[in-house]
Amino acid sequence: MSETVTGRGGSEEASREETVNETQSERVSYLRAGHTLRSWFFTTDHKRIALLYLISVTFFFFIGGMAAGLMRTDLLTPQGDVLSNEGYNRAFTLHGVIMVWFFLIPSIPNVFGNFLIPLMIGARDLAFPRLNLLSWYIYWIGGLFTLWVLLAGGVDTGWTFYTPLSSMFANGNVVMAAAAVFVVGFSSILTGLNFIVTIHTLRAPGMTWGRLPLFVWSHYATSVILVLATPVLTVTLALIVAERLFGLGIFDPALGGDPLLYQHLFWFYSHPAVYIMVLPAMAVVSELVAAAARKPVFGYWFIVFSSLGIAAVGFLVWAHHMFVSGMSMYVGAVFSFLSLVVAVPSGIKVYNWTATLWKGHISLDPPFLFAMGFIGLFVVGGLTGLILAMLALDVHVHDTYFVVAHFHYIMVGGTVSAFFGALHFWWPKMTGRMFSIGWGRLTALFIFFGFNMTFFPQFILGYLGMPRRYHVYDPQFQVLHVLSSAGSTILGFAYLFPFAYLLYALRYGKPSGDNPWEATGLEWTVPSPPPKHNFDEIPVVTREPYDYEVEKEGGA
Amino acid sequence: MSDFIQIWPGQASDYAHSVDLLILALTGLIIALSAPVFILIVYFAVKYRRGHKADRQHPMNRNVWLETSWALIPFFLILVFYVWSTGLYFDLHQPPANAMEVQVVAKRWMWKFQHPGGQGEINELHVPVGEPIRLNMISQDVIHSLFLPALRIKQDVLPERYTSLWFSADKPGTYRLACAEFCGTDHSLMGGSLVVQTQADYAAWLEQFATDNTLAAQGAGLFRTLGCSGCHESGSTRRAPSIHGLYGRPVALSDGSTVVADAQYIRDSILLPNAQVTAGYPPIMPTFKDVVDEEGLVRLVAYIQSLGSASPVLPQGVAAGTLAPQNLAPEGTAP
Repeated sequence: MSETVTGRGGSEEASREETVNETQSERVSYLRAGHTLRSWFFTTDHKRIALLYLISVTFFFFIGGMAAGLMRTDLLTPQGDVLSNEGYNRAFTLHGVIMVWFFLIPSIPNVFGNFLIPLMIGARDLAFPRLNLLSWYIYWIGGLFTLWVLLAGGVDTGWTFYTPLSSMFANGNVVMAAAAVFVVGFSSILTGLNFIVTIHTLRAPGMTWGRLPLFVWSHYATSVILVLATPVLTVTLALIVAERLFGLGIFDPALGGDPLLYQHLFWFYSHPAVYIMVLPAMAVVSELVAAAARKPVFGYWFIVFSSLGIAAVGFLVWAHHMFVSGMSMYVGAVFSFLSLVVAVPSGIKVYNWTATLWKGHISLDPPFLFAMGFIGLFVVGGLTGLILAMLALDVHVHDTYFVVAHFHYIMVGGTVSAFFGALHFWWPKMTGRMFSIGWGRLTALFIFFGFNMTFFPQFILGYLGMPRRYHVYDPQFQVLHVLSSAGSTILGFAYLFPFAYLLYALRYGKPSGDNPWEATGLEWTVPSPPPKHNFDEIPVVTREPYDYEVEKEGGA
Repeated sequence: MSDFIQIWPGQASDYAHSVDLLILALTGLIIALSAPVFILIVYFAVKYRRGHKADRQHPMNRNVWLETSWALIPFFLILVFYVWSTGLYFDLHQPPANAMEVQVVAKRWMWKFQHPGGQGEINELHVPVGEPIRLNMISQDVIHSLFLPALRIKQDVLPERYTSLWFSADKPGTYRLACAEFCGTDHSLMGGSLVVQTQADYAAWLEQFATDNTLAAQGAGLFRTLGCSGCHESGSTRRAPSIHGLYGRPVALSDGSTVVADAQYIRDSILLPNAQVTAGYPPIMPTFKDVVDEEGLVRLVAYIQSLGSASPVLPQGVAAGTLAPQNLAPEGTAP
């Protein structure tokens, strides 16, 4: 399809000297289609918007990461020598707000979903390109509010904004923080809407629902949650602001409100939001596992329906965050049961991925190491979720480090590993250049071990009874905290590595060719980086997804 | 070494042992369910690594029976644990009728405990070993959560609403007590200790801190100084219903419904007298919202409780339901 210049020159050592400046495909790619700032900030090209998002979410990832670094440093000693009580509370609140709404939720959908969905379904762009750009601007309005909150001294409610603490008692910038999350919600809604319409209307001829890559299916399920759940959060935050500014009694019982109403509304959004974070990660891993094994995904339809099942049942489990809140025990019993039900589709996915690897041609290149890391960490996170879904066990570990460890296994171990997996897998497609495989492998291993060292001790801390959001703690917990902080240092450095070698690859990496991983999927049939309008001619799809050659029994 | 790093928390009750047994058994199941994934991924990654010769012929790429079985078998196994854990949770919500009641008021950032004999303490709770204790808890400001790790229990403490927690500690000792729900600046300092004492030590402790009046007697004093007695004493019950024998009884309201006169009802009636008016009486009682604080309310309730009722005091939501099913307590007064 394209004349890529691949590794000209003789020896590998010499190739660093004679770096390839620009390949044929690069000259006509979306990256070279306009060099002005205006061509970037007013672009409607989904690929450029994806890159804008990549830079933006990375920026917020590091701000949120710095807050985490402060906390882990502070927790080295039981009395907390680095921060004040108030400072610690503000650090974990900003860490949560930034990581959840400005990194995790937009991370995979807005970067890789944006870049890949049109390419994967054979379209030239999303259905509403300008809406796509608008959602990036809205994201930044919310982002600037958040940075303002940070500079103005922060907010001290926890990312959960529980009432009446947030509405009547907290002395931080609650209104501004709520406004930031309120605004960024619209960005989520618009992106979700755009994906749904795109997937329904812009599939290439022959791209039937049964031929959609699992990446697209999973983003479809995510988009449905984005569109249905986010408005509930938007309204809830508006109600907090109304109570705080105007004294309307909604959540504060002293004004005649009900604080548990807030928790119901908040988790009605925030539990499905967990699936907003993890379904795109599963989307990535399904692609990566198939490409790693060079083999069709085992049980395509089971994986498709497990994504849809998670999206549906995920709406019915929110009150498992409230087993000790003073709810009726019968309500607890119902939500405990439903929370066990939602584990079933996740289990299906994990077993199906494992079966996909069976008798494959397994590659251990960086993207696939990240994918396997994801499976391992997600399994631990998911199964400890079963412990939390059990009523009597949750009563003990609720609001302790056990919960902290559990959701970091899902969101950081799971989603962030998948994010890095996606970044390594599609980096050659996005930039046209291949990075250092050795460094990539090393990073994947460091992230995996650093992560486990940081968060596994927190399961033990939690069962021992260390409550979360504690700045000053009982000295008996110190050893495990020091271990955790040491792990977080490794993790922090491991997150910095890709910065160096991926950016280095932009200039000095070898041109990657159209399909460096020899994967299936329409995105690998176009040049790397893709031309401005993706496909010169809209392709006609005639093959099943993951149409890898396999050895059939009986030599067929 | 065990001093250097602790990996299992102490147990101070039978219930704690039950919870530990449950989590250990469930962890066993979790390991059984996840081990195949971990082992097979590593095994496949080695055996079928790219470029390595292996038999890769396989018949199918989907198998509905296999997939259905690995979805359903783990689920049914987990349901066994669901029944087990839900049983324990229900026990935790059904205190024995003879439990000794301790009143708890949480405020930023301290815990106040009031014993029936009038002894009060802050951030320390003394209880006798082997006796069921029911904590009747309320917050003066935001949501807190009383966490007793050695007993494996916690319960959120809400403003304007009583919640309760019961336990029976069976090992004397001093254990940690903490606030588990984030409540602002000094959240992490809002802790203390649970002191479980032998019956004799507890009796001695009560003696040492004995006050002139029991909690109920203090409430009786308040009842008079606040002027409640003017209307509610038996001599003058034409204007207001009597409080004698009220506690734990069903009360017919002017709107035709019935409520059980538990602590929550009495507290609400003092603060919001017109919300639930007893049938046959005019709604003329003024509110005492800014007159009496949370600890005063605890005393008043104790006084009214002491004036007795024929039946033992029933925890809200449970047996109370048999008296007035339509009033299964305002949204789950999870005891």
